[in-house]
Amino acid sequence: MAQSLDRLKESPSQTAGPYVHIGLTPNFCGIGGVYASDLGSTMLNDQTKGERIELRIRVLDGTGTPLKDALVEIWQADAAGFYNSPAELRGTADPNFLGWGRQPTDMETGVCLFQTIKPGRVPFRDGRLMAPHISLWIVARGINIGLNTRLYFSDEEMANAEDPILARIEHRLRVPTLISERQGDNYVFDVHLQGEKETVFFDS
Amino acid sequence: MAESGSNQAPETGAFFQRDRQWHPPAFTPGYKSSVLRSPQKALLSFDNTLSELTGPVFGHAMLGELDNDLIHNFAKAGESAIGERIIVHGRVLDERGKGVPGVLLELWQANAGGRYRHKKDGYLAPLDPNFGGCGRTITGEDGGYAFRTVRPGPYPWPNGPNDWRPAHIHFSAFGHGFAQRMITQMYFEGDPLIWRCPIVSGISNKAAVEALIAALDMHSTIPMDALAYKFDIVLRGRRSTLFENRPEGN
Repeated sequence: MAQSLDRLKESPSQTAGPYVHIGLTPNFCGIGGVYASDLGSTMLNDQTKGERIELRIRVLDGTGTPLKDALVEIWQADAAGFYNSPAELRGTADPNFLGWGRQPTDMETGVCLFQTIKPGRVPFRDGRLMAPHISLWIVARGINIGLNTRLYFSDEEMANAEDPILARIEHRLRVPTLISERQGDNYVFDVHLQGEKETVFFDS
Repeated sequence: MAESGSNQAPETGAFFQRDRQWHPPAFTPGYKSSVLRSPQKALLSFDNTLSELTGPVFGHAMLGELDNDLIHNFAKAGESAIGERIIVHGRVLDERGKGVPGVLLELWQANAGGRYRHKKDGYLAPLDPNFGGCGRTITGEDGGYAFRTVRPGPYPWPNGPNDWRPAHIHFSAFGHGFAQRMITQMYFEGDPLIWRCPIVSGISNKAAVEALIAALDMHSTIPMDALAYKFDIVLRGRRSTLFENRPEGN
């Protein structure tokens, strides 16, 4: 027998359930006075550099019905393409932009809104630039393990065309599932959990 | 470069591949809500880029004094939540067995009667006016953490005609990289409902289920005050970058 590698196993995931708001956005669901505000609810201040945009995200189930009990987190680079993270070794990110946000889907409409900035381009592992994108993490009742995907931008056609991650999608018909549509200053993005338009989810 | 709160150089290696056989699959028909909410197509696999390797830092300064004390953080002055008083403590480790400092842990749970403070919960067990049900903390240098709370009650839920959730606490863990993000549930040693639960049963490996069951920890109890349960959480490990080529811009 060989030596043991002494590795642990990642804790198995369990669904966030229907009451995820209590833990992650308590003020949103009427539990006031415990935290001053819900973490991740505000991403910008007056000093934040970059083009202001609004993301309007919905998460749809296999019948096309929007989820009204989901929670979405986003993570993105600043306007210059730097992450506000200790693992960002290329430079210093905008100190007025954490780059992380968290929003519940509206309990009536299922829409979840993020006021943020358009991210800059970040290099892929080999140094080529990826297209501007925002990483998404989605949890809800009925989702056994959090779903990872990305939001790209419809008005970045050139960059999207050379993006190394989009290029890995074998079925080209599915590429548009990752591209949000510009409407004025807003980007509209529907995440389809199932069906013909199922979003490309990641294992990375 | 953001402050890491530690003297050690930040780690930048890619995270270990997730073992999807160990986690519950997306589609677990015994848990009905998963049927229409489970992706059915193959996931797109790729090695981590900076977008997955990086993550925000949460500083201890954001925490309030009672954030990790669910017995008191929603209670009126001088009062406290009703129920079996417990300490929940442990460490957040990664798959290499290293303690992970600076992890934001957020938890939520039902009250001692099994009722959540949420407008969607119509269970007939009463709300406790002194219990909100949420708490948070950030792990210390060794990955350690502790909460004070009451043991949540089990409760019935609309799935099968007579399904009951075992007593559980929801945990959200935010490590150093966005790809480490995870949510799970902690169960209590000896609860016979664990092995009857359709959500738990989505995990096919018995050892994986057992990894979510907190052990009664008599050495950490507070005599005449609170029992204690120990619950360790494991996040994805990180590859060493020692022998990796360093591509431009990385």
